[in-house]
Amino acid sequence: MADKFQALPTPTPETEHFWAGTREGQLRLQRCQRCNHSYFPPRPFCPECACREVEVYPASGRATLYSYVINHRAPKGWDAPYSIAVVELEEGPRMMSNIIGIEQTPEALTLDMALEVSFEQASEDIFLPKFKPAGGSL
Amino acid sequence: MKPGTVAIVGAAETTELGRIPNLSMLGLHADAALNAMNDMGIGPKDIDGVATAGTSPTDLAHYLGITPTWADGTAVGGCSFMLHVRHAAAAINEGLCTTVLITHGESGKSRVGSGRYGGNSSSLAGQFEAPYGPMGPPTMFTIPVLRYMKDRGLTHEQLANVAVVQREWAAMHPRATFRDPITIDDVLNSRMIAYPFRLLQCCLVTDGGGALIMTSAERAKDFGTKPVYIVGTGESVETPMISQMADFTSSRAFRVSGNKAFEEAGISRSEVDHLMIYDAFAHLPIFGLEDLGFVGPGEAGQFIMERNTAPGGVLPMNTNGGGLSYMHSGMYGMYALQESVRQMRGTSPAQVDGAKLSVCHGVGGMFGASGTIIMSNEAP
Repeated sequence: MADKFQALPTPTPETEHFWAGTREGQLRLQRCQRCNHSYFPPRPFCPECACREVEVYPASGRATLYSYVINHRAPKGWDAPYSIAVVELEEGPRMMSNIIGIEQTPEALTLDMALEVSFEQASEDIFLPKFKPAGGSL
Repeated sequence: MKPGTVAIVGAAETTELGRIPNLSMLGLHADAALNAMNDMGIGPKDIDGVATAGTSPTDLAHYLGITPTWADGTAVGGCSFMLHVRHAAAAINEGLCTTVLITHGESGKSRVGSGRYGGNSSSLAGQFEAPYGPMGPPTMFTIPVLRYMKDRGLTHEQLANVAVVQREWAAMHPRATFRDPITIDDVLNSRMIAYPFRLLQCCLVTDGGGALIMTSAERAKDFGTKPVYIVGTGESVETPMISQMADFTSSRAFRVSGNKAFEEAGISRSEVDHLMIYDAFAHLPIFGLEDLGFVGPGEAGQFIMERNTAPGGVLPMNTNGGGLSYMHSGMYGMYALQESVRQMRGTSPAQVDGAKLSVCHGVGGMFGASGTIIMSNEAP
């Protein structure tokens, strides 16, 4: 890991709960207590209705593959080709991630395939949510 | 804005395009500005408004010796210059200034005096996109396409064909970087960059710049250049994160900006003679044709395949060859505007005979922002 170029997030007060969650193996979303809208990325108010009364809750970790590219030009320490994907979480929001535990080919990576979250340690403090085929053994 | 009240009266690109290692980023802004002022026979003392992106309006005004009463540093990526045209039109109409200089310059290839790319790791994109290994726009701007292809039935051949048709236009432009004909097979056999995008479906990386000078329609005939009137304008922004774009098959910013421009101009799509759609990657003209309302959802790939946008087609598009073949410094919007102005002046090497209305549509960031300018060469 020491030789890998890994961009690391710098959490802010508004996002700290998300990164604390990934350290504990939990994918945390937020939900508006007025209109029930679930959303990502984190912010301390609802992007649908601007209500400040929002709660943090653990997502199921289930998702489907919404779209992706397969990058053939690797940054240092990354094994190209690798996928850069957007997944759609069961709760509705979408997020960027990598699809792991599966061949990085158009044939293997089929849109709408079922996925589940898997946390990868990227530094002492940071665990990144990645996604693998649902029911896989990774 | 009020249609036809403001005109572009000066327009020029940098003296050279392509690889310009002897000029810094600011130097490219200045070279283009001097060419545009020379185009209409004025100097820096005649300019009282400045707008730019990539550098600050302060840097630009100081470097050129301009004392502005109006300055705009709107920077939303490659379509910033479309927004500058729109803002300048409003400023001129409001009496904030009389003669506005808009500049672009970028040492995209040589990286002279350009500073460094760098992200903010605490921004939302820095936290929730950068860690997953993106290598710039080729791996980000392109992510929606597989979803578009599945939902709308676009084929790899249709996506490749965008680059093929634009190369036909580039062949007519002496200043275009790539002018040799290519085939769909050439595109589909070029080096894989980020599946499904291959090298020839990605824009060039070159050095260059461009500048525009605008004034009121009343003054526009005083400079010896053919005035190009602004008849409709639009702009919008959506998201700084490609992963959070609401619809991967259609850009909200495109739709809002385009509709606003057509509403202002009071024209129908069928009246448009010439079209520029910012093409950092081959899918952008497809999204643009649909989101601007020229064709229905899912129809653009076939529309281009049937040569409607090619030389001799009903809707000539990206007639300089676009970012895929003409040049792309990083913020390409200025070159799309320059080609629209040339078409309205009747001076493009790929001139569309009798063209009277040109639509010039830009994107900023990665589907993050948009600006649309509709121009006419007929006085209001």
